[in-house]
Amino acid sequence: MKIDRRSFLSFIIGGAAGTALSPLPAKLTDDLSIWTQNWPWTPVPEDGEAIYADSVCTLCPGGCGISVRKIDDRAIKIEGMKGHPVNDGGICILGLSGLQLLYGPTRVKTPLKKTSNGGWKKISWDEAIAEVAENLGKLRSEGQPQALACISGSDQGTVPQLFRRFMTAYGSPNYMCVPSSQDSYSITLKLMQGAQASAGFDIENADFVLSLGSGIIEGWGSPVCMFKANSACEAKKGKVVQIEPRLSNTAAKADQWIPINPGTEGDLALGLAHLIIKDDLYDKDFVGNNTFGFDDWTDDKGKSCQGFRQFVLENYGPEKVAETTGIDADTLTSLAKSFASASNPVAICGRGQGKRPGSIHEFIAVHALNALKGSINRKGGVWAVPEPNYISWAEPETDAVAQKGLQTPRIDGAGTEKYPYTKSLLNRFAEVVGSEGESPVKMLFVSGANPCFTLPDTGAVKAAFENIPLVVSFSSYMDETAKAADLILPNHVFLERYEDVPPPAGVNKNVIGLSKPVVDPQFDTKHAGDAIISVAKALKGSVGSAFAWDSYEACLQETMGDKWDSLNEKGFVVPDTAPACEKTYTTPSGKFEFFAAGYEQVTIEGDEKWYPLILMPYDSMRLSSGFIGNPPFMTKTVEDTVLKGNDIVVEVNPLTVRESSALFVKDGDYAILSTPKGKATVRVHLSEGIMPGIVAMPTGLGHTAYDEYLAGKGTNFNELIGPVEDPASGLDAAWGIRAKLANIAS
Amino acid sequence: MKKEHEHKAKKYGMVIDLDKCTGCGACMVACMAENNVPFRADETDKLLSITWMRVYKLTNAMPFPKTEICYLPRPCMHCEGSHGHSPCVSVCPATATDYSEATGIVSQIYTRCFGCRYCMAACPYHARYFNWWDPVWPEGMEKYLSPNVSPRMRGIVEKCSFCFHRYQLAMEKAHYEGRHGLEEDEYQTSCTQACPAGAITFGDLNNPHHAVYKLKKSENAFRLLERLGTNPKVYYTSSRKWVRQAGDNYLRDEKDNVIDKSKFRN
Repeated sequence: MKIDRRSFLSFIIGGAAGTALSPLPAKLTDDLSIWTQNWPWTPVPEDGEAIYADSVCTLCPGGCGISVRKIDDRAIKIEGMKGHPVNDGGICILGLSGLQLLYGPTRVKTPLKKTSNGGWKKISWDEAIAEVAENLGKLRSEGQPQALACISGSDQGTVPQLFRRFMTAYGSPNYMCVPSSQDSYSITLKLMQGAQASAGFDIENADFVLSLGSGIIEGWGSPVCMFKANSACEAKKGKVVQIEPRLSNTAAKADQWIPINPGTEGDLALGLAHLIIKDDLYDKDFVGNNTFGFDDWTDDKGKSCQGFRQFVLENYGPEKVAETTGIDADTLTSLAKSFASASNPVAICGRGQGKRPGSIHEFIAVHALNALKGSINRKGGVWAVPEPNYISWAEPETDAVAQKGLQTPRIDGAGTEKYPYTKSLLNRFAEVVGSEGESPVKMLFVSGANPCFTLPDTGAVKAAFENIPLVVSFSSYMDETAKAADLILPNHVFLERYEDVPPPAGVNKNVIGLSKPVVDPQFDTKHAGDAIISVAKALKGSVGSAFAWDSYEACLQETMGDKWDSLNEKGFVVPDTAPACEKTYTTPSGKFEFFAAGYEQVTIEGDEKWYPLILMPYDSMRLSSGFIGNPPFMTKTVEDTVLKGNDIVVEVNPLTVRESSALFVKDGDYAILSTPKGKATVRVHLSEGIMPGIVAMPTGLGHTAYDEYLAGKGTNFNELIGPVEDPASGLDAAWGIRAKLANIAS
Repeated sequence: MKKEHEHKAKKYGMVIDLDKCTGCGACMVACMAENNVPFRADETDKLLSITWMRVYKLTNAMPFPKTEICYLPRPCMHCEGSHGHSPCVSVCPATATDYSEATGIVSQIYTRCFGCRYCMAACPYHARYFNWWDPVWPEGMEKYLSPNVSPRMRGIVEKCSFCFHRYQLAMEKAHYEGRHGLEEDEYQTSCTQACPAGAITFGDLNNPHHAVYKLKKSENAFRLLERLGTNPKVYYTSSRKWVRQAGDNYLRDEKDNVIDKSKFRN
C-alpha cells in the first residue's frame, strides 16, 4: 500500500480526532495533575485517634482556657475552651498560633553554654546546674550575694515566687519584675484606697466606658475577656468613648473617637471632674460617705488643706483644659454630661495593651473620676482585686550571709523613701549596671522575660547585659535575651508543663487556672521551677533547705492543697471566698482618699526645636510585643501598611508632610526617623486616622533574634525611646519621644 | 417541624456582624491553623499571600478627625449564582471546583486542579489563591499538620472550604449515631468558633431554626458585589451606611446608592 499525502493526512487528522474524542486526554490530564502533585516532599499528615486535651494558655497574662486537638501524641490545633469563665470558647490570635511556638525552630533544645568565640556548646543538665551552682557558691563565699539579680516576667504565680524565694534564701534583694500599667494601678489603689490590689475593670456591666487610650480590643488586660466584655457592653447599648491621638481599632469600634494632645489625658480627667463637680453631677452619696479629701480639710497640725473639689474648680476650667488637651470646650461639656448621666460609667487608662506603666498623675486623676461617680468596687466599675493569696509558704530561713546581703539597698531604688510603694524599677536597670566599669550585678537570672527587646533604650540594656559577667536565661526560645546570655537553661513551653495561672490581668474575675502538659516535652528541656529547685539543692545549706520539695510538681500540688483535684480535673477553680477588702478602705482615713495637689506631669524626651514631631508606639493584636516573639502565622496577618518587605511603616497624617519643610514623601516612600535615642529608616504611610504632628510606630517588630520569619523585620520601637522616670513612682512614664522625619539624602 | 428541614437541601452560609468585628485577625489564623495553610518568610505582598480568610480594612475616606475605619473579614463567598453557576465553577476546565447542591458549598478538589488559574480570574472577591511555591514547614513544624486537610502543593489553586472536613466529620458522627441531620452547633467553621468578639455566625441559611436565617434578613444586611449576581452566601451587617455602600460599586451620579435587594435575594 502506497502512503500518499492524502492518506497520510487522513491518518494524522483521523487519529487526532479519534484521540480527542476518546477519554484519553481527560485521563491524561487527570493523571498528569495527580502525578505532578505526589511529590515526596509534600507532607502527608498521619492520621490517628483524635482527642481533646484542656489546659490554660500562659502566653500572656490573660489566662484563657484552651482545648488542644490532638492526633495521637501530636497537638494539631489550639481552640478556646468552651465554658471557661475567662474566655468561654473565644481565643486570640497569639493563642491560636501557640503550636508554632511549641514545634517551632527557634526553641532552645538543650542547655547551652556560650563559648569564648560567641558560639554555643551543648551541655547536659547536670553540667548546667553544677555550673550555675558553682558560680553562685563563689559569689556567696565572697560575701556578695546581693550581686545576684533576677528579672522575672511577672510577680504572681508559683514559678516567679520560687525565683523570689531563691533570691531571699540566697541573700539578694534584687528581684525585679517587668513593669506594666498594672504597677501604676497598684500604686494608685495603694494611695487612694490603701489596698494591696490590682485593678479589675467590669466593662461588661458598664453602660459608659471612657477609655483614655486603653486598647480595650487591642490586647489590654486579658484580651479575649475584654473582647467579650466589649461586645456585651455594646449589645446592651452601652457607650464606649475612646480618647487618643490615633484612630486605633478600639477608637474605630468605639461610639465616639476624640483625638487628644498626647500626654494630657490626666488633665482631661481633671477637666471632666471640674465640669461634673461644677454642675453637681457627682454621686453625693458615695463621695459624702466613703471619701476623704473632697472638701477642704484641716490636718493634725491645724493646717488647712485644699480639697479635691476646690483644686479642680480652681485649676481645671474647661477653657484651660480645652487648650491643653486640644478638645474643644463643647465636646468636654457633653462628654462630662454623658459620663455623669450614665448609671454605671467607668474610666480606664493605660495606653495600648497597657504594657507600659504611666504617670501617677494620670492614673489618680482617672481613678478620682471613677470615684466621683462611685464606680469603685461595684458592678460595672473598677474593682480592687486583691492579690492572690493561695501561695502560703513558710518564710525561708536565712543564714548570716543571706541576712547581710538582704540588708543592702536594692540596686534599682524601689521601695525606698522616695518611691515607697514601687516594687521594682526595671527601667533603671541599664543605668545602674552601666555599659563599662564594674557592674553591681555579677550574675543575673532572667525568667519569663525578654528585657533585651521589651525594655526602652534597648541599646543600653544590651550593653548592660554585656557588662554582667554571667547571665543565665531560662527562656524556651532563642530570643534576644537568650542570645545575650552566657548560659541557657531552657524551660518547657506552656504546652509541656504544669503551672498555676493567677487571676487574669485587668478584669475582675477571680479565677485560678492550671496549665497542664498537653504533649510530652519535645526536647531536652526542664521546667524552670525544677531548674531553680535543683540549683538551690546543689547549693546546699540554708538555700537548699528552703526548697524542701522534690520537684516543681510536688511543690505545686502542695501549694494548691485541696484545690488541686478540681484544678486538675476542670482546669480552673473559682475561689468562693469573696475578696475581703471589697468595701473597706485601709487608708489612714479609712475612706477613699482624693488627692488635691496631684503629682507632676512627665515631659517627654527631646527638644521641640530639633524634633518637631512626636513619635508614639501603637500596639496591635496581630503583633506580639511582649516577651513572646511573633509566630509566623501572626506575622502573615500583618497588613502591608504596617510592614512591607523588611521595612517598618509609620503612620503620619498627610498634613504633617504638607506642613513640613524637610519632608517630601508620598504614601509608601522611605524616610529617616530620628529621635534623641536613635535613628531608623522607615516607610511612611499617609493616614487620615492620626493627629497631625504625630508619628505612630507599631510595637513588636525589629527582632534581631528568632528565625527568618521574624528576625530583621522592621524596627524595634524600644530602640528609639528611653525611659522617663515618673516623679511619683519612679516607673517609666514615657508615652512617646520627640522625633523628626526627613527625606533620605539622595 | 425539624423533620421538614432535614430533607430540604442545606445552604450553609455566614453572617458577619461588622459592628462587632474588631479586626484582630484571630479568624485568619484560626483558618490557617485548621486548614494547613503554609507560610513564607515574607508575606507582605498580599497578592501572593495565601489567606483563605482575609480581613480587609475599609475607610470612609474622610479627613481627620472624621475618619472612620471598618474591618471586613472575607472568606470564600460560596456563590450560588443562579442554580449553582458560581463564577469559578462555571469556568473550571478540570471540574476541580464544584457547587454542592446538598450543602451549597463550593468545593476545591486539589488533585484535579492543574493550575490554569481561570477560576482566580473569574472570582470577583479575590478569594482564590495560587500556590506559586511548594509549601515548606520549618523542621519540626509538620508535626502540627492536621490529617483532615491535605496540604496543597505548588501549581494549584486553593480557597476557603467552609471547613468542609468538619462537615464530613460531623456527618460521619451523626450517621454513626443513627441521625440524619446535624444540630446547628455540630458544624461550625474554625473562624466562627475562634472569633473572640462573636462577630461571625454560621449555619444553614435555609433552616429557620438557625441564627443565620434571621440575621441575614436584618435591615442592615448586605452582600459584597450583589449587583454582579453572584448570589453569595456570606452576608454582612453594619449599622453604618458608608460601610453598607462600600459593599458594592456605584456610579457617581446614581440617585440612591442603595440597591434593590429584592432583586437578588432568594
